Amino acid sequence: MLTRRVIPCLDTRDGRVVKGVKFTGLRDAGRPVDLAVRYEAEGADEIVILDVSATTEGRGHALATVRAVREALGIPLTVGGGVRTVDDAVALLDAGADKVGVNTAAFRDPVLLTVLANRFGCQCIVLSVDAAARGTSWNVVVRAGTEGTSRDAVAWAAEGARRGAGEILLTSVDRDGTQAGYDLRLVTAVSSCVRVPVVASGGARSGADLVDAVRAGADAVLAASIFHDGVTTVGEVKRQMAQAGLEVRP
Amino acid sequence: MTAPPRGNPPPPPAASLAVIATGSTNLASVLAAFRRLGVVATPTRDPEVVRTAERVVLPGVGAFGDVMTRLRERGVVEATSERVASGRPLLAICLGLQVLAQGSEESPDVPGLGALPVTVRRFPATSKVPQLGWNQIVANGGDDLVRDGYAFFANSFYLASACDGWAAAWATHDVPFVAALQRGPQLACQFHPELSGAWGASLLERWYASC
Repeated sequence: MLTRRVIPCLDTRDGRVVKGVKFTGLRDAGRPVDLAVRYEAEGADEIVILDVSATTEGRGHALATVRAVREALGIPLTVGGGVRTVDDAVALLDAGADKVGVNTAAFRDPVLLTVLANRFGCQCIVLSVDAAARGTSWNVVVRAGTEGTSRDAVAWAAEGARRGAGEILLTSVDRDGTQAGYDLRLVTAVSSCVRVPVVASGGARSGADLVDAVRAGADAVLAASIFHDGVTTVGEVKRQMAQAGLEVRP
Repeated sequence: MTAPPRGNPPPPPAASLAVIATGSTNLASVLAAFRRLGVVATPTRDPEVVRTAERVVLPGVGAFGDVMTRLRERGVVEATSERVASGRPLLAICLGLQVLAQGSEESPDVPGLGALPVTVRRFPATSKVPQLGWNQIVANGGDDLVRDGYAFFANSFYLASACDGWAAAWATHDVPFVAALQRGPQLACQFHPELSGAWGASLLERWYASC
């Protein structure tokens, strides 16, 4: 039986891990390869790198980061941030990513998902959906949380899966970095309308929140601050999940 | 500056581990996994290398038809088939396992290598697809290379039945499916050993040492 995954996320900028609150106020959290190796040793099921570099130089750092992490990492590596074209995806995959995350570019041109899935297989293509609560529903936010849209986030996730995304990385923009808990209603809304796996992201404050996200329907849970800041460890979170009766890789 | 070598250069030694470059893009993970074991794996598109290398890895990511097309374009279909038939050391990964079959529901018009008398099937419409994550492996025990544990999978299609002459390890994703097949030094994994952490690294090490 497929186990529920715990995925530490490394937001990187210019070759360093950074972490902000609601996508802003970035602070340094270490070297990507050091954190990735530590998290694998603690039992992480996968590592996600989201590159938030704004410049061309920063993008170069990102490829070097992926190469360095790949060399040392024996578990799957997903990389996203600024992927606009097939060539961007090829560069990341050649550098050692196993999956690529796309966000804004796919929103602007959803055909990109189909093109990427046809070329690399849907298991390789992760659609990042950043969602902001608006009353009882959620709207898509693009450009690293800076540009709101009127598109319904649940409908966009479903369309993305139809078009070829093999996984949805679902981030609550309202909760990101706040340690206020995942937006569980959002997790349930999306995971109940797609067949592809859903990774819940944004707002984890404790192992209990990760358990709640899985119970709300998430196939995998992603967190950054709680691991970087030492609030808890991947191993401790997985023990909590196992105690709660969830299937995890020991 | 060093002087240029005189006379004919010695022939390159037969590759100890060649990885067939199918044009798919998980090569970096496979090469890195072997490097961590202290083994240099060399990507190749040369049928002669596929025939003569001590050990060959057949990786695969993407679609069944695409991988078969690329193997054909590179002229390595026959060399790969010969290698499978000869029983010489081979490690097939994910789609690399699937193309050993006669065909796949993924690309019904494209024949596979045909070494395994089965057709690859699609997971049921009610299942989460792709299967993406770590699943529990139930091994045969004994001297088989694959042991009980957890392995990382990324697949939408699967083998439903074992094949004569091959020892099978199993996993379940709503339906039971073949996680790996082994026949001597030939190992075909539906999962990705190169991404399966310490468990996967030890499997790669055992396979390499067994050849």
